[in-house]
Amino acid sequence: MVMTEFWHWWVILLTSISLIGCFWIITVNLKNYAGVPEGESMGHEFDGIEELNNPLPKWWTYMFYFILVWAIGYLILMPGMGNWEGLLGWKSSNQGIVSIEESRALSAKAIDEGLLVQFDQEVKHADEVYGPLFKGMADKPILDLAYSDGLCFEKNDGKYSEIACVDEAKQPQGVLEVEPYKVGQRLFLQNCALCHGSDARGSTGFPNLTDNDWLYGGTPEKIKETLMHGRVATGMAAWGPALGGEQGVQEVAQYVLKLAGRKVNDKMADAGKAKFALCAACHGANGKGGVANGLATGAPNLTDNIWLYGGSKRAVEESIRNGRAGVMPAWKDVLGEDKVHVISSYVYRISHPKK
Amino acid sequence: MTTTTIAHPEYNYKVVKQFALTTVFWGLIGMTVGVLIAAQLIWPALNFETPWLTFSRLRPLHTNAVIFAFGTSALFATSYYVVQRTCKVKLISDKVAAFTFWGWQAVIIAAVITLPMGLTTSKEYAELEWPIDILITIVWLAYAYVFLGTVAIRKTSHIYVANWFYAGFIITVAVLHLVNSAAIPVTLFKSYSIYSGAVDAMVQWWYGHNAVGFLLTAGFLGMMYYFVPKQAERPVYSYRLSVVHFWALISLYIWAGPHHLHYTALPDWTQSLGMVMSLILFIPSWGGMINGIMTLSGAWHKLRTDPILRFLIVSLSFYGMSTFEGPMMAIKSVNALSHYTDWTIGHVHSGALGWVAMVSIGALYHLIPRLYGKTDMASTKLINTHFWLHTVGVVLYIVAMWISGVMQGLMWRAVNSDGTLTYSFVQSLEASYPFYFVRFLGGLFVVAGMLVMVYNVVKTVRESKQVTAAA
Repeated sequence: MVMTEFWHWWVILLTSISLIGCFWIITVNLKNYAGVPEGESMGHEFDGIEELNNPLPKWWTYMFYFILVWAIGYLILMPGMGNWEGLLGWKSSNQGIVSIEESRALSAKAIDEGLLVQFDQEVKHADEVYGPLFKGMADKPILDLAYSDGLCFEKNDGKYSEIACVDEAKQPQGVLEVEPYKVGQRLFLQNCALCHGSDARGSTGFPNLTDNDWLYGGTPEKIKETLMHGRVATGMAAWGPALGGEQGVQEVAQYVLKLAGRKVNDKMADAGKAKFALCAACHGANGKGGVANGLATGAPNLTDNIWLYGGSKRAVEESIRNGRAGVMPAWKDVLGEDKVHVISSYVYRISHPKK
Repeated sequence: MTTTTIAHPEYNYKVVKQFALTTVFWGLIGMTVGVLIAAQLIWPALNFETPWLTFSRLRPLHTNAVIFAFGTSALFATSYYVVQRTCKVKLISDKVAAFTFWGWQAVIIAAVITLPMGLTTSKEYAELEWPIDILITIVWLAYAYVFLGTVAIRKTSHIYVANWFYAGFIITVAVLHLVNSAAIPVTLFKSYSIYSGAVDAMVQWWYGHNAVGFLLTAGFLGMMYYFVPKQAERPVYSYRLSVVHFWALISLYIWAGPHHLHYTALPDWTQSLGMVMSLILFIPSWGGMINGIMTLSGAWHKLRTDPILRFLIVSLSFYGMSTFEGPMMAIKSVNALSHYTDWTIGHVHSGALGWVAMVSIGALYHLIPRLYGKTDMASTKLINTHFWLHTVGVVLYIVAMWISGVMQGLMWRAVNSDGTLTYSFVQSLEASYPFYFVRFLGGLFVVAGMLVMVYNVVKTVRESKQVTAAA
């Protein structure tokens, strides 16, 4: 982002005044202008405190001059003086962009032209070194990755290519053996654990990924689809008013808890059953949820006593009364398809521990 | 005890006494809250599932209590004392001075009530909501009037260096507070900053770092310039050094804020300038340390017998250490490791507990007996006990945070050969627990020292009252 001419010169002016001012004030104070010999009292006294006219410590003055000269050098080489970009042309990232498209275009340009844009250079380096490794893994089906004992990659000219694994002892130097689902686990811990937890068991509002109970399907393909494009739940509406208020909410809650095999007030549950028709559009008439009924609603199965928003009577009533909505972000643009593929293998494996 | 009458009836010591005693009180409270939240980081159950006892609400209470209740009360007390004695004149207005005391206590009480309630602007060190901000502004302007007005009617030809620093601190803090707290009120307890995005962040850290630079540094340098030569009974080492480091310090500090925002959405040029000025700042900062420590030339032997001087000199050593560490952490490549880790917490506390608290405690031990017509605290031995408790506490605290901070920085950047990060965040947190415990222990030492101080202060004040009654 370029600032106007005024602010550009304003920054340069204030910076220069500060730096020149520092030069000036040490230089002036190197001389003894006090009118008394060095080491003697300045001649004023404040509540018994006198001040000596000692010279500035030499080593300290030299350090001051040195650091000021360094500062000027740095501001010539690097950005700092308003719009001056610095002789090195270094940038931390492409600044002033307002859209992802613009960012991508500028990054591509920086990489093509070898510009010193640090972020782009780091991404380029990482893509070059590790890109082929993830491509190698992504070429294999998710199921294979999930249960693979290890894949071996050899580094040639800084790039990885897959080779057959041999006994560890005989493995030539420079060969990297990875267990794909563990690579996936590490990516999961960095990117997914924030919501789903380090152990992937989720928390209120964020699904447990280890219980093989799925909102959008648990096949390798469905898992990958969820990760790639994210999911926006159809959303559970606030049913309080439609159910005729508190009485209706409590009756439906009793019925839902009954579906899950819990002990309930049967009379109320029966009344709730009649009203459940409203819920069937998303959860299915049997209450088994979107996946079991072939509905892409993301509506949870209500019969398995697994609760996304809590299974207490109070929590269920709250869900019915005020509704719920969950969002899974899309990771396609953040991590890229290859890494999503590898994470999918981890998510699949933890929910299907045995092949 | 000899009845030397040091008390000057022509000076206003009442407001100095009030601020000096509240400094000790708020110091104990603020540091105790610090120990509680340090304990919560190890044993989260200590928030007792009560919203107003959670870390998120008590942490700003801790920082506000130690900076604005303890630290700033110490500055009020000492500046009112120093300005009268070095200008040889009574405060310009007793009424306005009394207003600053009660006004400032009202600000603190308002903070103690609103912060645990969760009322916050979410600006670090400027959390208080707009009605309290307005009260701060009024009290501060009154403070500026009392201090600068007293300097204006001084009976000495020159203005002593301590008063330059106090004046610089008072004026700049007024400007910082007004600019950063500018907000649009929505309700009585909710407002929105008038700045947005990266500009808001920059204004916030321009304020934040200069709260460090002018309140926690310039103000306390003013304190140092009176109490170190006074307690050592030695002249200030170099007048010319004080001229250079004063002007260089105040003109450079104001630039340093952007180093809090390295590698963020802040433009590159701002980050570079912030880093450059922060690095230069190292030199004038050390100017103050040199001038303080060299003032002891010819009086080093006093350190053996005088624990107050020990407090003052060790505080200057911590000042030198923190002002070396700070500029190093402002270098972008160092910051890439240190930022967001406990290293920052360690750095802050080496400044706050090492420099600010120790110079204040030393000054108070000099000041309090003199306010009550005595030359010494009730027990010099207990001052020594306090010194060691405090020093051990600070060292435990800082070392624990250094190790844990550098460890966190290294763990966060460790990369496997497949390009994935080696550790998850939670793993770095688990590894930090032992250091959190050592930090908690260090905090306990510091608070234990404060309790010793409270006892000693109460005893000193009581004894003086008995003497007065007997006379």
